[in-house]
Amino acid sequence: MKAFKRIKGLVFPLDRANVDTDAIIPKQFLKSIKRSGFGPYLFDELRYKDHGEPGMDCTNRPLNMDFPLNWPRFQGAQVLLARDNFGCGSSREHAPWAIENYGFGVVIAPSFADIFFNNCFQNGLLPVVLPAPTVDRLFKECLATEGYTLEVDLERQTVTTPSGEAIPFEVNPHRKHCLMMGLDDIALTLQHADEIRAFETKHKSAQPWLFA
Amino acid sequence: MAGQTLYDKLWRSHVVREDADGTTLLYIDRHLIHEVTTPQAFEGLRLSGRRAWRANSVVATADHNTPTSDWDQGIKEEVARLQVEQLDANIKEFGALVYFPFRHANQGIIHVIGPENGTTLPGMTVVCGDSHTSTHGAFGALAHGIGTSEVEHVLATQTLVAKKSKAMLIKVDGPLGKGVTAKDVALAIIGKIGTAGGTGCAVEFAGSAIESLSMEGRMTLCNMAIEAGARAGIVAPDDKTAAYLKGLTHAPKGADWDKAVAYWKTLKSDADARFDSVVEIKAAEIEPQVTWGTSPEQVLAVGGRVPDPSQEADPQKRASITRSLAYMGLTAGTPLVDIKLDKVFIGSCTNSRIEDLRAAAVVARGQKKASSIKRVLVVPGSGQVKRQAEAEGLDKVFLDAGFEWREPGCSMCLAMNADRLEPGERCASTSNRNFEGRQGPGGRTHLVSPAMAAAAAIAGHFVDIRSFGERS
Ligand code: SF4
Repeated sequence: MKAFKRIKGLVFPLDRANVDTDAIIPKQFLKSIKRSGFGPYLFDELRYKDHGEPGMDCTNRPLNMDFPLNWPRFQGAQVLLARDNFGCGSSREHAPWAIENYGFGVVIAPSFADIFFNNCFQNGLLPVVLPAPTVDRLFKECLATEGYTLEVDLERQTVTTPSGEAIPFEVNPHRKHCLMMGLDDIALTLQHADEIRAFETKHKSAQPWLFA
Repeated sequence: MAGQTLYDKLWRSHVVREDADGTTLLYIDRHLIHEVTTPQAFEGLRLSGRRAWRANSVVATADHNTPTSDWDQGIKEEVARLQVEQLDANIKEFGALVYFPFRHANQGIIHVIGPENGTTLPGMTVVCGDSHTSTHGAFGALAHGIGTSEVEHVLATQTLVAKKSKAMLIKVDGPLGKGVTAKDVALAIIGKIGTAGGTGCAVEFAGSAIESLSMEGRMTLCNMAIEAGARAGIVAPDDKTAAYLKGLTHAPKGADWDKAVAYWKTLKSDADARFDSVVEIKAAEIEPQVTWGTSPEQVLAVGGRVPDPSQEADPQKRASITRSLAYMGLTAGTPLVDIKLDKVFIGSCTNSRIEDLRAAAVVARGQKKASSIKRVLVVPGSGQVKRQAEAEGLDKVFLDAGFEWREPGCSMCLAMNADRLEPGERCASTSNRNFEGRQGPGGRTHLVSPAMAAAAAIAGHFVDIRSFGERS
């Protein structure tokens, strides 16, 4: 997994609540057996006017210019600013894959759906929870200012606005450590293989039917 | 010390180790696998030279991509076929306790076949790369969806890195009214607390109305816990749970059975257990439900009318109602029973079990689908459900009514196979998600119970199931 330390980047504001994983990456793209190449299909149904299918070359597809991600001023965005309950719906990890493949490194929202939130950390994507009024203010500033950027520093746990205001955020220390080092959870867990085995033995003698 | 909740008990009995900050390594008893969310996980194992830690914890099937007709012709769409074949190869290489590949007599939706084979038991931790894993909480198991990286982690280590959720209690007391099913209870709860109402929580469903539900009903309810944002839904096991499990292929036998049942009896919240939040609902207030929008929380009792955005004070909510109505092609103020439908889908891991099919058949018996309805799909949840329904003659009832009787699978719940809505088509569906495009791009989904779906198929529009028999 790629390490995450700090990003200073253009912000793309996605001004709607309950953005679900079907909207982030529609189901037809779930047929892939790879974990890369989803970037061009991020928000496919919102982003294009035609119907997308896996493997399609997106360079000549008709863009839906009502969807702000297609606006020139948001090209190259690295910070996704979102509303409540972002990533709700299915467990598909294709959602963070698509967001990360597209070029985003951070998603900021007042709240996230649980599974999506966990999936982000597995893929070098940092989900940042900020209070709803703060997010609301960032939306306003971002919409009012072309070229609006935010700097997200994982080490210091701050989001810094162009005016220099540093907004603190919380992150689980274990997740932070793994993300900053680009560490793979599995290797870390296997350092405790003996403990897992010991637990398993005890568990099996208490409830042998679980191991039938 | 305060007593423990059922969730506390399930959690604590699976902690392998816990860090100072609460990050926990949780042991996983059962790992369910389907073709869509696992190829990248197996590929990861292969690339790092790892094996499955305990292959006999794995129960696998192909369900999302598989067709529900013409099984003899295989899977026509190449990418879908590749994914299903990849699952065959992965299970062959890494092993499983149970594998029902495409066209196996017991193939079905993963959340239907797990319980019916006794591979989901009270007291277990159950995970699957699928959000509706919450279904298995109906047995008093701690069950939730995980992402593909976590699938790989569980395969390699038999554990999950997790943090404890908050405990929420949703109590539904009193007798359920006529025509009110577990599906209506689930939708009414989501309507009340919202799709993010349970975020960060493991929800225990309790109260006399929940106890009165069959195991199928409890599965329907827990299935939809995720639509309320909850990490897991749990119902404490009782005599009904044990009676359902007794004799199933993978349920404990002999002396183990007695030991297991004795243990299962301890799996309930202590009288003095403390929950982080409690929601109480009177069963008598729950009516048959119909969703009108593009989120399961956009739901009303069948007697209601499509809401008017101008009546909504909160600007965010107003915008979301307006957008939903535009997508759904609905006009504010329209009575729900006046909404005309194009298609009906009876199936999915929410409502494709034998009890659901029976409920639909009671309504369909001796009736014909409305001529305006283009298609009614009845898709059993598994091969076993299909055989049982056929033994009871339910397939005939459906066919006589002009419904289609299909092979098991996810089908038009998410339209990854050929079963889907065309743009603009409107569908009464027993599934769990009415998101934009869920049943096909541009398709419009209304979530209802199996009986309400069957009644809508016959009338051509929604009807109040409570007065259905009285119509002319
Ligand atoms: S039936 Fe629908 S919700 Fe259930 S597992 Fe299949 S696709 Fe998912």
